[in-house]
Amino acid sequence: MTALSQPTYESVGSPFAQLLSDGWIATRRNLIKIKRVPEILVFTILQPIMFVLLFSQVYAGAMNVPDYVNFLMAGIFAQTVIFGSTFSGAAMAQDLKDGIIDRFRTLPMSPAAVLIGRTNGDLVINSISMMIMMGTGWLVGWRVTTSVWGFLGGVAVLLLFSYSFSWVMAVLGMSVRSPEVINNASFMILFPLTFISNAFVPIHTMPEVLKNIAEWNPVSALVESARMLFGNTNPEFPEPTAWTLQNPIITVIIGIVVMLAIFVPLSVTKFKSISSR
Amino acid sequence: MTIIQAEGLKKTYTSKSGPVHALAGLNLSVPQGTVKALLGPNGAGKTTAVKVLTTLIKPDEGRAHIDGIDVVNNPKAARRIIGASGQYAAVDENLTGFENLEMVGRLYHLGAKTARKRAQELIDQFELTEAGNRPVKGFSGGMRRRIDLAGALVINPKILFLDEPTTGLDPRSRLALWEIITQLVNDGTTLLLTTQYLEEADHLADNIAVIDGGRVIAEGTSDELKAQIGGHRVVVTLVNEADAGSAREILARHGDGAPTVNDRTLEVSVIEGPRALQYVLSDLGQADIQLHDAGMRRPTLDDVFLTLTGHRAEDEPSTNDSEMEKAK
Repeated sequence: MTALSQPTYESVGSPFAQLLSDGWIATRRNLIKIKRVPEILVFTILQPIMFVLLFSQVYAGAMNVPDYVNFLMAGIFAQTVIFGSTFSGAAMAQDLKDGIIDRFRTLPMSPAAVLIGRTNGDLVINSISMMIMMGTGWLVGWRVTTSVWGFLGGVAVLLLFSYSFSWVMAVLGMSVRSPEVINNASFMILFPLTFISNAFVPIHTMPEVLKNIAEWNPVSALVESARMLFGNTNPEFPEPTAWTLQNPIITVIIGIVVMLAIFVPLSVTKFKSISSR
Repeated sequence: MTIIQAEGLKKTYTSKSGPVHALAGLNLSVPQGTVKALLGPNGAGKTTAVKVLTTLIKPDEGRAHIDGIDVVNNPKAARRIIGASGQYAAVDENLTGFENLEMVGRLYHLGAKTARKRAQELIDQFELTEAGNRPVKGFSGGMRRRIDLAGALVINPKILFLDEPTTGLDPRSRLALWEIITQLVNDGTTLLLTTQYLEEADHLADNIAVIDGGRVIAEGTSDELKAQIGGHRVVVTLVNEADAGSAREILARHGDGAPTVNDRTLEVSVIEGPRALQYVLSDLGQADIQLHDAGMRRPTLDDVFLTLTGHRAEDEPSTNDSEMEKAK
């Protein structure tokens, strides 16, 4: 082995430019992972298709909901992107377990970069899922009845909400000992959360107790926003009584801002102190 | 010039069974261009010490400087000059060897072009060509370890930290890694490594700090440490195990402390080696005890550890150590 060459540093500019550069490097790592781990793409592509087809074909007939496909799609979008955000949590827990977090933390990089890369990875996965679901939905009769802006707005709230939720999951992922804990916990929490909402059935059909939970469930506000923006609401349904459902878009925007305002700084602070074992 | 300096490092963790003092006032000083080994069993505080010095954790008390930089208050500046490799090969399984190294280079802010050039250099120098263009997943522990070590060398760091670099490696990979490390040090890198392998410390380090209970309990060159616990050892191997009892008495008579008996091999620490050996052999001859082998040996680091701490270094079969010693 000959003497190693001495590499020279390049100026990386302002801290913000450095953050963007580091964030991109960390994002690229996760994009390569999406490309190379077949399970992720299968989950990202097949599960949404399966959900759209199962709910729209199997349940539609039994549901006493007029135009169920158009009612359903916003619910499936919301559930899928929320579950898509749990990748961040499991991946942070896995990185911590593997010790690669220790490597990152001994490098002179921005402490937010690994988290930016992770949450961006979720955003890419969720964007792919959204496209697949919208295509499948269109095939079974889902139509946007508002405008291009309504359509884009609907996609934006779904993706932004799930992106913010990725930061919540990242904090959880850094707080547990193993990726399995995250997977099990998110299953236990997110299934009831997405089902006790207006995602798959209209709230007014639920018993009183569940109805109250569902009305204040943030997932309901998200689904209702998407329905409004896509023009999939049903005027025959009774007016919701909760403020959050009367003003779903404002509620979702507040939710996004609050999640980011709390969990971005929290996860960066957490990242600065974690180490394997 | 001292390049790594730690004073009074303390770190206490709380556990279910009460507080664990991972570091209990650790002092350390490493001159530039030398190799320091932290030697100790599991739980002695070696890894915690390295984690403090590599900015991964903050100590509860004490100060640590590397190349004049305070690692507690200015971790980012410290990270620019160090390379670190932890106990577990920290590589991304889904990336190729090249991609792993390039990523590390980019995150050291070498710039895209330099990072790629450097990654290729390391691939060539570490003979990683096989893993260069294929995802790391599926490669052996030895290969991962080498990629990980290459990652710690991306900036050709002034100071290198290796936490148990050869743990879990087969003997061949271990020797190969030793060779790489030796060459690095010849090129002027200052190295702090931890190990629970006595022969590893003996082989690689200029200076050894024996750690137990979060503190340095002895320090010096391998020879100095051995000298600390007295002179030579007389070792005899009997032909008949039945003679062990009487042979033991003879060894005890001329030894400095109680002899140890291991099957047909007896050993005792002595004050003056050659003379004690003469007496032992003469007495054994008079008692008509037949010998298979007899000789003197200098104490090994395992003996040092046993004397200093009252227990052996874990996970290290002592027979291998003595064999290594004899081979030298």
